[in-house]
Amino acid sequence: MTITLTQARAIAWRSVLRTLLQPANVMPIIVVPALFLGLMAAGLHDAPSLPGFPADAYIDFAIAGAFVQGAMVLGISCGADLARDLQSGFLKRLSLSPTSSAVVLVGQLGGALVVCLLQSALYVGLALALGVDLAAGVAGIAVIIAVALTATLAFSGAGAVLALWTGSAEAVQGLFPLFFLTLSFSSFFLPRDLIGTAWFETVATFNPITYLIEAIRSLVLVGWDAQALTAGFGLGAVLAVATLAIAAALLRRTARP
Amino acid sequence: MSARHTLVAVGAIAGRILRHSFTTPALLLPPLVGPLVFFAMFGGGLSAIGSLTRFSHHGGYAEFQLVFALVQGVVFAGVFTAGLTLARDLENGFARRLMIAVPEPRLVLAAYGLAAVVRAASTATVLVVVALLVGLDLRLSLPGAVVLAVMLAAAAAAAALWGIGVALRRQTIQAAPLMTMPMFVALFLAPVFVPLALLDGWIHDVAAFNPVTALLEGGRGLMAGGATSSAITALLAGLAAALAMGVWALRGLRRVTAR
Repeated sequence: MTITLTQARAIAWRSVLRTLLQPANVMPIIVVPALFLGLMAAGLHDAPSLPGFPADAYIDFAIAGAFVQGAMVLGISCGADLARDLQSGFLKRLSLSPTSSAVVLVGQLGGALVVCLLQSALYVGLALALGVDLAAGVAGIAVIIAVALTATLAFSGAGAVLALWTGSAEAVQGLFPLFFLTLSFSSFFLPRDLIGTAWFETVATFNPITYLIEAIRSLVLVGWDAQALTAGFGLGAVLAVATLAIAAALLRRTARP
Repeated sequence: MSARHTLVAVGAIAGRILRHSFTTPALLLPPLVGPLVFFAMFGGGLSAIGSLTRFSHHGGYAEFQLVFALVQGVVFAGVFTAGLTLARDLENGFARRLMIAVPEPRLVLAAYGLAAVVRAASTATVLVVVALLVGLDLRLSLPGAVVLAVMLAAAAAAAALWGIGVALRRQTIQAAPLMTMPMFVALFLAPVFVPLALLDGWIHDVAAFNPVTALLEGGRGLMAGGATSSAITALLAGLAAALAMGVWALRGLRRVTAR
């Protein structure tokens, strides 16, 4: 058990360093969601004037989307890193060692989760600096980070599946627009009940990303909404388990010596 | 080289670029699918913004967003078709061989730019057809359509020349984010969600100086069937941007040909 943890920690630390020591990796993960948030908050400044809008300032509504968008970008980055390890032969060489494929996957995910913690802490700081009032208080911050971690697990699992299926880092990164689609057709920009187009509202209702965003949003705007938190954590966990199970199966098959 | 031979050479190079652009999914899809997605996302998902008291656009919020989709589409068509393709051709040495084969290296740049404008036209056509299919009632007059087309062509040329300039300086496909990110930021530092008059604070101040704002406001005015002054401003902004990016590209060419 100790050896397994040591192996997982080493791989996770390598993953963390690889992400944080390359500015070209850090920028899309941390800066782009924050930039997009700033542009949206400025451009949709008048949205709270809509009857029934649940916040007085758009930034209070939109901050939840930044956490989920950040988790999504992190998931793609994790997948691309795994694909590079596959392309370079690193995974094959690792498979010759006593390290199991499950440990490799856990290590890669561990790196993504550590970066998610840093990213979430930054976004919480940004939210507080911008005057966002967290209805759930200090305890709510921990739950927001927990939802972000769940989302990161789910997206990283999906990124790992894409990496092992395509075997190419460029292909994984090229599929980012598909991920962005799932984020966009959700309650990312407006609450579901204020989306003026029926088909869009239907798509958003069936989109699991909506519930991840609404779980975090409920902590910011409402406080403790058991239904929103259950839906967010539940769907996030289901996605994470499904994608990680598929990734583990693919990795066992791919990394055979 | 006679004028006819020059045109044949430019046409042949542009034709090759277009064939590659239309048959390579990584080049074909992003500039086409991206604007369609944003049109659906903003025109559909944000349609409630059209009911804000202060918002007013004759053709409704979907038509308001169609103009953004058109500008975004031609800009990314320009960058992908000219910038990314030239970067790849420089990386594998093909572009340098092309520059040796023609009497004037600037003709090669002209070919990439021409291909980008043609590609942008196809993207804009698809967007307009989709808009008509989903039921938008476009009240664009024929002269207005011509002005809008010239405006969008200028925007495509400016974006293409920006991409060409980056490609000439970096000479690698890894420079793709350097080409696309500034365009993305410039597009969103403009009145994307509401007209300029409804923006407040720093975004209004930045958007007021952003040439993309002139393109959006001019295009929306033309779509509404009028607004000659904003269309003229948009036309001038597009041409000025193309001229500035042309200087940027030519300076980059000097670096390549000096080696």
